[in-house]
Amino acid sequence: MKIIVCVKQVPDAKDVRLDPKTNTLAREGVQSIMNPYDQHALEEAVRLKDELGAEVTVLTMGPPQAEDVLRQSIACGADHGVLVSDRAFAGADTWATSYTLAQAIDFLGGADLVLCGKQAIDGDTAQVGPGLAMRLDMPFITCIQKVREADASGLVAERMMDDGYDVVAVDYPVLLTVVKDLNTPRVPSLKGKMRAKKAQFQVLSAADIGADPSLIGLAGSPTQVVRVFPPKPRGERTVLTGDMDEQVSELARRLNAYLQ
Amino acid sequence: MLIIDKDLCIGCGLCEASCAFAAIEVVDGCAVVGDACTLCGACVESCEVEALRIEGGEKTQVVDLNAWSGVWVYAEYRHNELAQVALELLGAGRKLADARGVSLTAVLIGSETGETAQKLIAHGADRVLRIDSPELLHFSDEAYGGVLTQLIQEQKPEIVLAGATAMGRSFIPAVANVLGAGLTADCTELDIREEDGALLQTRPAFGGNIMATIVCPYSRPQMATVRPKVMRELEFDATRSGEAVDCTVQPELLKSRVRVLESVVADQDDVNIQEADILVAGGRGLDSEKGFALIRELAGALNGSVAATRAAVDAGWIKYPHQVGQTGKTVAPKLYVACGVSGAIQHVAGMQSAETIVAINRDKDAPIFEVADFALVGDLYEIVPKLIRAVEEQRSS
Ligand SMILES: Cc1cc2nc3c(=O)[nH]c(=O)nc-3n(C[C@H](O)[C@H](O)[C@H](O)COP(=O)(O)OP(=O)(O)OC[C@H]3O[C@@H](n4cnc5c(N)ncnc54)[C@H](O)[C@@H]3O)c2cc1C
Ligand SMILES: Nc1ncnc2c1ncn2[C@@H]1O[C@H](COP(=O)(O)O)[C@@H](O)[C@H]1O
Repeated sequence: MKIIVCVKQVPDAKDVRLDPKTNTLAREGVQSIMNPYDQHALEEAVRLKDELGAEVTVLTMGPPQAEDVLRQSIACGADHGVLVSDRAFAGADTWATSYTLAQAIDFLGGADLVLCGKQAIDGDTAQVGPGLAMRLDMPFITCIQKVREADASGLVAERMMDDGYDVVAVDYPVLLTVVKDLNTPRVPSLKGKMRAKKAQFQVLSAADIGADPSLIGLAGSPTQVVRVFPPKPRGERTVLTGDMDEQVSELARRLNAYLQ
Repeated sequence: MLIIDKDLCIGCGLCEASCAFAAIEVVDGCAVVGDACTLCGACVESCEVEALRIEGGEKTQVVDLNAWSGVWVYAEYRHNELAQVALELLGAGRKLADARGVSLTAVLIGSETGETAQKLIAHGADRVLRIDSPELLHFSDEAYGGVLTQLIQEQKPEIVLAGATAMGRSFIPAVANVLGAGLTADCTELDIREEDGALLQTRPAFGGNIMATIVCPYSRPQMATVRPKVMRELEFDATRSGEAVDCTVQPELLKSRVRVLESVVADQDDVNIQEADILVAGGRGLDSEKGFALIRELAGALNGSVAATRAAVDAGWIKYPHQVGQTGKTVAPKLYVACGVSGAIQHVAGMQSAETIVAINRDKDAPIFEVADFALVGDLYEIVPKLIRAVEEQRSS
């Protein structure tokens, strides 16, 4: 069985903040991390590999330094890492990203199971997984919270919904996006870390994967960002005074509008 | 590609500071762009001497924009219930449709939808396209997506809106992908640009630390998912007129490779925290699972639902669907009461757009107080029972 996990390198949230006064970015050396949801996708892939036997490839599209997340994946049990990297990919929105990842997966000979995180925490769009599935002509299921059973031909899983969950069954090939509840990602073993240190990664350019230049990067992106600005600052904080009883009754009075 | 005009650049560093991706650096008095550039354009705006520009994004016009007209809203219907966000979308959609001088259509997909179409009309729709079939009882990305895609291809609306719900965020991206349409996720503001009638879609990024406005100049329809609770619904008005049109689709379109075996509604009726007006959140400060009994009591007094931090979820005190934050849900209730929550950025990312925030924490320096409108510094086990009483008194007075 062939499993491909799509992982993305994202800036760590705690470093990114726009200064509302200067409208510039307050950051102290933005650290990059593997997108948290993708860690759960990778963990599930490695679990299925242990259970059923599978070859796990991690795939990322990004600048050369995105190699870090591939290395981290190898340390956590992935077999191979592939970096899709080209200046021409810059500015890709979710449509162009889905296209690019699909081209790369086709180039790699396809997969029985493709795993993605529910969303990347930089853009929070949750659009690449479903878009990628469409391009690969695979069925997809989003927000998997539990894989109940899996064998060589398919799986039964729970997908998180707003009011509960659905139990769904599907045969491979399929693409899943996963949420945090699915599993607990392992910490890399010593052996894993050694393997990661020595790992070599396949690097693919736009030409390698036969990408149509008009469908990648900024040119291939139907959405365009026209403005970036800081959110409206929250109002002034109201300081309540008096002893706690007084503060609490004052608060209840102030909240009156919400109590009707 | 980001072009930096070396002759114009004065090396002031404004662009470097504006870059969310640390992709620009001033070297020897001139800005240099690196591989991490995503072409978001923040630097272009920051530059005071117009030394930066983005090139290569221009598309040869592929669709005839004038062939697309009308505003559509996907009206989510599940388990015999219309999602609240559908009415909010009609409120937003009505404004957009009026600004464009076009009609507003609701698309209703499901089984046994009863009087729902009439309700949609009373809330602002000029027309309801109804696809009601027993095969659509369970949500399926393939069937729902296939139906919506076909209707869009046939009737060519210029704008399609859907709720940023579990369902909307699942099948709408697939529809947009097939149509080659731009899709903006989780919008909190929608507007029409005066010059050309384009849809201006504004959304938070980086956990709400940055807002971005997005347009889709070359593709149709312009698609957006919209965060629940942000847009305002129109009042029910039974005198509003509109027509409900039953649509038929090819039976093959309703088939799905994913089989739904069971659809489980959570026993706690309050898991859909994204639709709650009032949320009471508990964190590690509760100290144990029992603390949530108190949180539930306060939520009960406020007619609200219960939310939690990741620390509380990871401790096993409450289930994951209640988690708010970067790896949980993003919520925008009218009132958010945070009890024993430190206010880590990953948590705040999911709740900072609440209208009013009350924080109860015994540490006066806790970061949650930076976003709070009302701060109560002290032991939650002392304060919350007092607050429950005060709320009950206030209500009866
Ligand atoms: C990649 C990543 C993703 C994450 N995603 C999320 C997410 O989605 N959601 C999320 O919530 N977190 C998330 N986190 C975790 C986040 O960083 C914090 O660890 C978490 O939010 C802390 O939860 P807490 O406030 O309940 O606990 P703590 O930080 O331990 O805070 C407890 C607070 O309670 C106060 N307190 C203690 N006892 C009392 C008392 N008796 N009365 C009053 N106050 C009291 C303390 O002063 C303290 O401020 C994420 C972290 C990472 C790295
Ligand atoms: N550049 C990328 N490289 C690899 N995988 C990606 C990339 N962008 C998004 N993904 C995958 O798609 C998921 C959803 O991302 P998004 O739609 O951007 O929120 C992520 O969790 C990843 O699994």
